[in-house]
Amino acid sequence: MLILDCPWCGTRDQSEFHCHGEAHIARPTDTEKMDDKAWGEYVFFRTNPKGIHYERWTHDHGCKRWFNAVRNTATDEFLAFYKPGEKAPAVGSDQ
Amino acid sequence: MSQKFRLPAGGRVNRSKLLNFSFDGQQLQGYEGDTLASALLANGVHLIGRSFKYHRPRGFMAAGPEEPNALMQLEKDPYTQPNTRATLQELYEDLEADSQNRWPSLKLDISAVNSLVARALPAGFYYKTFMAPAKMWMTYEKIIRKAAGLGVSPKAPDPDWYDHRHEYPDVLVVGGGPAGLAAALSAGRSGARVILVEQTQEFGGSLLSDNAEIEGAPAQQWIDATLAELQSMPEVQLLNRTTLTHYLDYNYLTAAQHLGDHMKPGTSKGPRQCLWKLRAKRVVLATGAYERPLVFADNDRPGVMMANAIRTFQHRYGVLPGRELVVFTNNDSAYSTAIDAAGTGASVTIVDCRKAAGDIAQSAASGVGIEIILNSAITGVKYSSGLKSVDVMSLNADGTGVQGQPRVINCDLVGSSGGWNPVLNLHSQSKGKLRWMEAEQTYAPGVTASINPSLSAGACNGAFDLADCLDEGFAAGAKAATEAGFEAIAGSVNAVTPTLGVGELRALWVVPCDHPLGQGKKKHFHEFQNDATAADLLLAQREGYVSVEHTKRYTTTGMANDQGKTSNINALGVVAQARGESIPQVGITTFRPPFEPLTFGAIVGQNCKDLFHMVRKTPMHSWAEEQGGVFEDVGDWKRTRYYPRAGEDMHAAVYRECAQVRQSVGMFDGSTLGKIDIQGPDAAWLLNMLYTNAWLKLAPGKCRYGLMLNEHGMVFDDGVTACIAENHYHMTTTTGGAARVLGWIEEWLQTEWPEKKVWCTSVSEQWAVIAINGPKAREVLASLTDIDLDAESFKFMDWRAGKVAGVDARVYRISFTGECAYEINVPARYGRHVWEQVHAAGQPHDIVPYGTETMHVLRAEKGFIIVGQDSDGTMTPHDLAMDWIVSKAKPDFLGKRSHARADITREGRKQLIGLLTDDPQVVLPEGTHIIAEVKPAPPMKMLGHVTSSYMSPNVDGGRSIAMAVLKDGFNRMGESVDLVLLDGTHVTAKVVDPVFVDKEGLRSRS
Ligand SMILES: [Zn+2]
Repeated sequence: MLILDCPWCGTRDQSEFHCHGEAHIARPTDTEKMDDKAWGEYVFFRTNPKGIHYERWTHDHGCKRWFNAVRNTATDEFLAFYKPGEKAPAVGSDQ
Repeated sequence: MSQKFRLPAGGRVNRSKLLNFSFDGQQLQGYEGDTLASALLANGVHLIGRSFKYHRPRGFMAAGPEEPNALMQLEKDPYTQPNTRATLQELYEDLEADSQNRWPSLKLDISAVNSLVARALPAGFYYKTFMAPAKMWMTYEKIIRKAAGLGVSPKAPDPDWYDHRHEYPDVLVVGGGPAGLAAALSAGRSGARVILVEQTQEFGGSLLSDNAEIEGAPAQQWIDATLAELQSMPEVQLLNRTTLTHYLDYNYLTAAQHLGDHMKPGTSKGPRQCLWKLRAKRVVLATGAYERPLVFADNDRPGVMMANAIRTFQHRYGVLPGRELVVFTNNDSAYSTAIDAAGTGASVTIVDCRKAAGDIAQSAASGVGIEIILNSAITGVKYSSGLKSVDVMSLNADGTGVQGQPRVINCDLVGSSGGWNPVLNLHSQSKGKLRWMEAEQTYAPGVTASINPSLSAGACNGAFDLADCLDEGFAAGAKAATEAGFEAIAGSVNAVTPTLGVGELRALWVVPCDHPLGQGKKKHFHEFQNDATAADLLLAQREGYVSVEHTKRYTTTGMANDQGKTSNINALGVVAQARGESIPQVGITTFRPPFEPLTFGAIVGQNCKDLFHMVRKTPMHSWAEEQGGVFEDVGDWKRTRYYPRAGEDMHAAVYRECAQVRQSVGMFDGSTLGKIDIQGPDAAWLLNMLYTNAWLKLAPGKCRYGLMLNEHGMVFDDGVTACIAENHYHMTTTTGGAARVLGWIEEWLQTEWPEKKVWCTSVSEQWAVIAINGPKAREVLASLTDIDLDAESFKFMDWRAGKVAGVDARVYRISFTGECAYEINVPARYGRHVWEQVHAAGQPHDIVPYGTETMHVLRAEKGFIIVGQDSDGTMTPHDLAMDWIVSKAKPDFLGKRSHARADITREGRKQLIGLLTDDPQVVLPEGTHIIAEVKPAPPMKMLGHVTSSYMSPNVDGGRSIAMAVLKDGFNRMGESVDLVLLDGTHVTAKVVDPVFVDKEGLRSRS
């Protein structure tokens, strides 16, 4: 079981959190003008890297707030935690 | 004579406390401090079971958790427990043990049966045999179960209870041997919070198995002093009888503490076991090493044990399980076993496969008169109701064969040693890498995983000498405490007696005999619990299962509940030798958790029975209970399903309730509906994005129904939202969707629209909801409220605030039945009061309380969907015939763009329609398939399925109605379709509009 560092609450057990996949996918604003392929990319397609992954989490059994984390999917090591809207921190190169 | 193999003195047993126990009905005696294994061996019992596949007689091999054979059925129902490892089970008064694998019988040795079975069960037996038709599996499975005899589960509920504990140690030390004790001491002295876990009842580990001295005194004195010091430290916890089972991510470990397993069942008042959930800053693994058996001909005969196990039984339990001992070894360490046994007067011979032994070992053994036979191997074991003798032959030059004539040595006990394997299970579970130790021919811990900071110390780290164990333990404890933020110094001891190390080890992964491997009757076992032989491993190689992971699964090596503790390295060695490669080239398989099997009781703890799952009850729950209401589970909620009167079944009760609502009036507990209070200047904007219809102009006092879509454009929730005041709304969601919808809204507000000024609060449990439905609803409510109910001023889809039964209330004029209806919302604490007042006020109209089943029928009569029942995450509003609620004018809302995708606009999607069966008495089971063409047997092309189906008293004077999704359903109105029931019969029905009652919608507006 992982440990996460909620930017509002501090470190807690993974059982308090839920992962919501890839972060930094902004909702398109001009949805009517998008073609099916571009809209499909936004709705259905996500990266699945072995290594560095920027992802979204919620602290469901805590502050119920959303935040972002950087995790190495190969080692399960967390490299950063930050609030939504904050700039994605640069972390070491992909391992 | 009782306990004839108990030595006159020695051991850690309490000889003043005699304990009676039984094995397969035979009454025996042992001492307090014995394990079931040591007590049986004290009585000369070696034969304790039969092997998994071949049903060969099996005996004890080890003295600890690595024991593969001695699995027993303990006690009787309801306390009976299968697969109890006799080497770990402490003896108690009146213990009842039974062998659990004794087909055809424990004592009867039928060689004909054995060889017959042997031919039938080569490696890969399961895969080869069960390529046969799947139906045959049931037959095979029964035979295998009978033959395998892996114990019996209890049939009665477990009368014991179990608990969980959570702890956050700075340093967790696993293993209470010399290295673990030293580590705990160094860490404890720094003030760190330390937990020391030891699997057995006594701390000391290997020190309990030998006669070592520390600082000029028996090691026990150092153990006692160390424990006394640790016990005096307030931040140190010592947990004996505790097995570390899982090493999970971020130093999260679980340990099963056996609090009652050493007592007669039913005598302990506390929990039987406690599962400790440990989150450690640092972990020190001091789990020791297991001896490796030599893989020689018929090495599985009872009486053939591991050399160091014999030494453990002698020193720890005062039992020498034989009088004539042959020690067969490829290294120096087993000489200690021979020398110590000789010291008791036993006759001892050493067979050493090396050309020379270490000088110290050789002279010490010769000094006590032990004959040492070098460059030789045991090539056969004679067993006939007990071990009789071994054949010994000289090895040829490269150790691949034997030569000369066999020499027969009479013996009743054999101790074998093929070297030592560090216990890597937990390091492996922690995702640590391994390093190969060439001299010792084994693996030791390598680099640890970054997320699991841990240190290995002592024998589990490849340090087999006692002085090294202590040094590593002291150092690891200090390092772990320092890394956890404490100032720690490594402790030390002086003058430790040197132990006989491994010396020059000769790897002989398969010990040759007078026949080539796999020919003749002799078998070379490397995996005892799953009954796999060296010949099986070679067969796997020949048949192409070359990868070590394939070999493992094909031969089932290491896959029994001992997780390959004794077999893994030997299997790698056999494969490597056959392929002419080194073991590191062959690779290694991963040890999986748990280290020892965990009981369901320990896993579940107190989260069972009434505490298994939380229950939510509405404020009116107790009233429904008193009225004999029948409840159903909806999420965590208990909802009243129907209110049967005397003699009524569900069908009759629901039929009556349905009719009464439409004829007069009914009342329904809607308190479980999800409710979200939404406030802020951007609240209307938010609703406009969440729902498919227009929300910007909804005025205070008005309600509106909405559909919520995900970005795929699919319906995922619905409900009515009321405008309470400017910038203030009350949203309702489905009962099951309450948390999901709030989470969905929060996701958008927090991650995409953080600049919007709007706040959402769950108020589901703050409001009790009483829905009054039916032509008499207005009359019932009028007698209880000061609100003006005039139909012209308080219209359908309006809401008003006022008093109901003296309580401040919000009354929403909304309807899920199609009748004139009012939903009274009052603070939850007044729910039962108002409910009772409504019930009393309704008596002149025979008001009927109705439950969820009737609610389902009434809404289906109107064709109202239930999200999740009539839709399944693949239905758009258009598919549900709800285009009317999707705004064309709004530039954007969640899911809108997906409706223009080609797959959504295409022909041939499944669409919601009504069905009327030709036979009005047939109620189609929900889920029934609509098929294109009836055939005698499947497959038949499926066109859709029934989503809702009921008997309705209100349609055509009583008939069945159904809703269904059907391919191109809107274009098939009036057509006849075929449906096939599970029993194969087929039914025909007509496709109709799903609104069966009051198509014009006049009643709800009346
Ligand atoms: Zn938080």
